[in-house]
Amino acid sequence: MASEPNVEVTPGASGNPWRLAWRRLRRNRVALAFLGLFLLIVAFVGAAPLWADNVAHTGPNKTHTLEKIEVDGKAREVVNREGKPIGPQWFEAGGRFFLGADGRLGRDEMVRLMYGGRISLFIGIVSALLTTVLATILGLLAGYYRGWTDTLISRVLDVVWAFPVMLLSIALGVSLALGGLQIGPLRVSGDSIWIPVLIIGGVSIPYVARPLRGQVLSLREKEFVEASVAQGAGPLRVMFGELLPNLSSTIIVLFTLTIANNMLLESALSFLGVGVQPPNTSWGTMIAGGFDLLTSAPLLTVIPSVMILLTVLSVNVFGDGLRDALDPNSKLRLAAHAGISEPEGTAV
Amino acid sequence: MARFALRRLLGMVAVLFAVSVLTFLIFNVIPSSDPAHRIAGKAATPNLIAGINKEWGFNDSLPEQYLTMMKKVFGGDLISYFGRENVDERIVEGIPATFSLCIGAAVIWMFFGILFGYLSAVRAGSLLDRALTVVAVAGISIPVFGLAAVFLIYLTYKTEIFPSGEYIEFATSPLQWAEHLILPWVTLAITYVGLYSRVLRSNMLDAMNEDYVRTARAKGLSDRKVMTRHVLRNSLIPIVTLFGLDFGALLGGAILVEGIFNINGIGLYAYESLKNFDLPPVMAIVLFGAFFVVLFNALVDIAYARLDPRIRLGTEAR
Repeated sequence: MASEPNVEVTPGASGNPWRLAWRRLRRNRVALAFLGLFLLIVAFVGAAPLWADNVAHTGPNKTHTLEKIEVDGKAREVVNREGKPIGPQWFEAGGRFFLGADGRLGRDEMVRLMYGGRISLFIGIVSALLTTVLATILGLLAGYYRGWTDTLISRVLDVVWAFPVMLLSIALGVSLALGGLQIGPLRVSGDSIWIPVLIIGGVSIPYVARPLRGQVLSLREKEFVEASVAQGAGPLRVMFGELLPNLSSTIIVLFTLTIANNMLLESALSFLGVGVQPPNTSWGTMIAGGFDLLTSAPLLTVIPSVMILLTVLSVNVFGDGLRDALDPNSKLRLAAHAGISEPEGTAV
Repeated sequence: MARFALRRLLGMVAVLFAVSVLTFLIFNVIPSSDPAHRIAGKAATPNLIAGINKEWGFNDSLPEQYLTMMKKVFGGDLISYFGRENVDERIVEGIPATFSLCIGAAVIWMFFGILFGYLSAVRAGSLLDRALTVVAVAGISIPVFGLAAVFLIYLTYKTEIFPSGEYIEFATSPLQWAEHLILPWVTLAITYVGLYSRVLRSNMLDAMNEDYVRTARAKGLSDRKVMTRHVLRNSLIPIVTLFGLDFGALLGGAILVEGIFNINGIGLYAYESLKNFDLPPVMAIVLFGAFFVVLFNALVDIAYARLDPRIRLGTEAR
């Protein structure tokens, strides 16, 4: 999937606004710090195979129910007779079971956390990409052609919008997890992680397409569009050559914030059992798994929750900073943000 | 006004129809496996599947199938084959608990959302504003069930400050009713407190630059009066619209919260049905939930257009 909406915009436009935005963003320490946190998390999940192979010596789905590990020279059961998994060992066992085991199956929690994070991030980012690309195309078509094209697109989006996101994605999740999906020759099985990607990417479209359509509608009336049409530019050229670059800062901001929302939605769906299906693991499924042991091993629930919180928080704060930098007077903003991302404060 | 209301209601009927068709497509048409098998769930036997096929008319044309499904869901003879019970009855039983949860959460979130938003707008840039913003952003970013788990671990199991959920009927004991609902209320409300305080703050900051605010100040009104009577009042308008949307959509969050706190409402029913991949209850709850949202929004819009003529005219222009 080629993603047109992106950072590179016609150099002919002097590149100035982008440099200006970059300068504003660079001054925003809080946003940059949270970008750093996000990159750290990416590095953390990126290192999953390294940790699994060299430190923990196990895989995310490898069970160790009946095994014993050596801690300080003493052998300890990974899962004891009552079914209680071993707690965090940190480096006592040479890095094995760093965060303990995940339940009766005795899988290494740390390894699962790293691999689960990969899936959570993957779904969050890829579904947001899907949302953004489709929403941009729909927004451009609706805003450019207006008339019945707009009516058709807007009404369909309205119906999806009228449907509460959670209920819609639960409905899709439960039926597709059971039935899988057949798109032409392409068959997606029910336990594929592409199912949550498609669902989450799909249900978020109206939330991005609607503001974009509005912006296209008003941009369309501007002189530069008229000039381009007068020069003989066709619809495609006007939409992608003229309108799209002007939407890019909005698109980037909406893309970031969509990642955050989509990650939360994924975790909720997975928690309910209609998102990521076993054998795949995400932070959401890990929380669901840990829930049965809430009293005896609370960390199994708390740790993945904190990971989700940190990731979503970092994306949200960075996204806000990006919005301030790209479009300081944005009317699009859902909320203002002076406190956290604009230390100079808002002029009141 | 009457024309607006009529048009809005007609629009609502169209959306209700579209929503029901969409639900039908999602459950019975889009997935690429046998729908009778999915509906039978874990209880599937060849006999049962054949029976469901006949009863749901899966060999009929799609419009006929659609009508059969709607008749079942709204006619009250929708059966969960897994739980061997009537779905609609279970849903009706769950209404009081779910409404207690949602309304309480809504009260908390509106109160704190407006309070925090107001405070941070009035003191924009101050330490208080920043602290509140941090809280708000964290509230938006927190996964509901993670928060619920932390509450359960530290406030229920470890310290026993709060009871572990469950629903006590209001009529039985109002005090216990509230005590058992406090944690679920707060859990459900927190995301929205964050969101609303930020939206309100931003609206208020925008409103402060409006001419009517300058006029009010020029008239010699005190700061507080300008803020509450003019800025806050006008900034609350979008909040009310948002509230209409979010209150209806709260059922989604209620599924998580009721599931975790074991509150015997519609959400818990959905939660358990999802865990068992029991389709008929999910189907009905999704459909009723969506209908409720659409209805509720139409009512909010109409009530609202009565209050604010700009809405009527704005929609007219669209």
